[in-house]
Amino acid sequence: MRLTFPRGRLAKGIAVSGLLLATAGAAGAVVESTALTQTAAMVAAERPALDFVWTLLAAFLVFFMQAGFAMVEVGFTRAKNATNIIMKNLMDCSVGALAFWAVGFGLMFGRSATGLFGADGFFLSGLGGDPWTFAFWVFQAVFAATAATIVSGAMAERTKFASYLLYSLVISAFVYPVFGSWAWGGLFHGGGWLEKAGFIDFAGSSVVHSVGGWCALAGAMVLGPRLGKYNGDGSPRPIPGHNIPIAALGVFILWFGWFGFNAGSTTSGSDPSIAAIAANTYLAAAAGAVGALLTSWLRFGAPDSSMSLNGVLAGLVAVTAGCANVGQGSAAAIGLLAGVIVVFAITFIEQRLRVDDPVGAISVHGVCGAWGTLAAGIFATGGPSLTAVGVQALGVLVCFVWAFGNGYLLFRLLAATVGLRASAEEELGGLDAGEHRSNAYPEFVLTTAK
Amino acid sequence: MKLIVGIIRPERVNQVRRALEELQYPGLTLSDVRGHGRQKGLSQQWRGREYVVDMLPKVRIEILASDDEAPALVQAIVESARTGDIGDGKIFVLPVQEVVRIRTGDRGDEAV
Repeated sequence: MRLTFPRGRLAKGIAVSGLLLATAGAAGAVVESTALTQTAAMVAAERPALDFVWTLLAAFLVFFMQAGFAMVEVGFTRAKNATNIIMKNLMDCSVGALAFWAVGFGLMFGRSATGLFGADGFFLSGLGGDPWTFAFWVFQAVFAATAATIVSGAMAERTKFASYLLYSLVISAFVYPVFGSWAWGGLFHGGGWLEKAGFIDFAGSSVVHSVGGWCALAGAMVLGPRLGKYNGDGSPRPIPGHNIPIAALGVFILWFGWFGFNAGSTTSGSDPSIAAIAANTYLAAAAGAVGALLTSWLRFGAPDSSMSLNGVLAGLVAVTAGCANVGQGSAAAIGLLAGVIVVFAITFIEQRLRVDDPVGAISVHGVCGAWGTLAAGIFATGGPSLTAVGVQALGVLVCFVWAFGNGYLLFRLLAATVGLRASAEEELGGLDAGEHRSNAYPEFVLTTAK
Repeated sequence: MKLIVGIIRPERVNQVRRALEELQYPGLTLSDVRGHGRQKGLSQQWRGREYVVDMLPKVRIEILASDDEAPALVQAIVESARTGDIGDGKIFVLPVQEVVRIRTGDRGDEAV
């Protein structure tokens, strides 16, 4: 029976596509089986399977921290902007992943002639068929995503979405990887000047958290405060978050994921030091909570939920640099002090610097990242040495100059070109309505704060 | 006919309903509202900074009543909603022009 148009065309199209797919599949199967034979041999020769399992498992835990950041930021900001915050968090790790694959990874871990940046491995090309490359890339990509997503909290409730996407691209492709290459390039094919100088940052208090934190400072400064945040005399007005339980869920998720962040950084399935690293991580987080709780209770007269939650994160950020080379008492001390520092930093930045940071990202990640980096030298088992602490301080300074400097230039450029800040009407009515033409909670009447 | 409108504390709603159940009332409507009277509002804190909440959550209760029944209902609400503290609320008694039962179309006293 003759097939009439368009069913005939459709049938022919399906047949041709099927043939092409079959051919491609067959070709792929041939290539793949050759590759599999090669990789199986490589795996047997170079890396035990447990390295892959542990590293990837840890990477998945770190990836889950994206949910943690999203929930913290949603909970600490207002309902009228909830969709926007989610979108920023969703897209900074998505755009970031692609940018890190295309450019960032190569800059961070490619072969480096100068110790200043890597120059191969873009799009993960030219690295041979070694499957460890992919495990290592996934692990590093989720770390890059962590740095990128720190900034969305400090810039919440008033940033143009398109500008934020562009920022995500730049931090993942350039700002994060270049500093990362200085401290971590040697973990793969590169080698940076900072690590060669003896700089210690095991899981990234500076590489990840301070880079994110200082970019956040730059962004919040260029943006300016939310409307209604400061009175005429410069005193700040509180803008309470709309969902403390969600923020708390976020903190618990981050705490959970951090075990992958720190312990996973051994990237080895047969290194028992992951146990002590995990213990240090746990102790620092707990001590951070206690430190922030006591500090806020004494200063403000009531045990404050948002400060205590930030205290957990402060402790975690701070122990990240030294978690593999400090003792348990030191880890607790580092965390406790971070909890105290973060309360003071939050109020200092809000009240003295008059920089509006809705979630405390600058204090948690920038300030406590710097503290943790120094602490890795101060509390090193074997005692602190002047050179060790000196190198740590150098790294802290260089990180600030690099991250804040590039961040500031980038945000000024964005402000001058595509525009960084949402309009006043959009900000007052909520970015959900203004940018996304939607509503995170359509069944509820949202109210606008004064 | 009168419409009794009460603005009461949310935490007294159950007491008020129990008190009303002892008397006969044709029905009631509750809504969540916010507001304040002459009081200054509550002071709360966020990250160490004080702020005043002067749009306080209350519950608005509306009951239809005949002219004879209204005073007893008002008194029941007053006694069960009162705590003695500022913020107990107020009751307004409004005259009603027309009442219609939607299901049957009854009007007037039959619709109460």
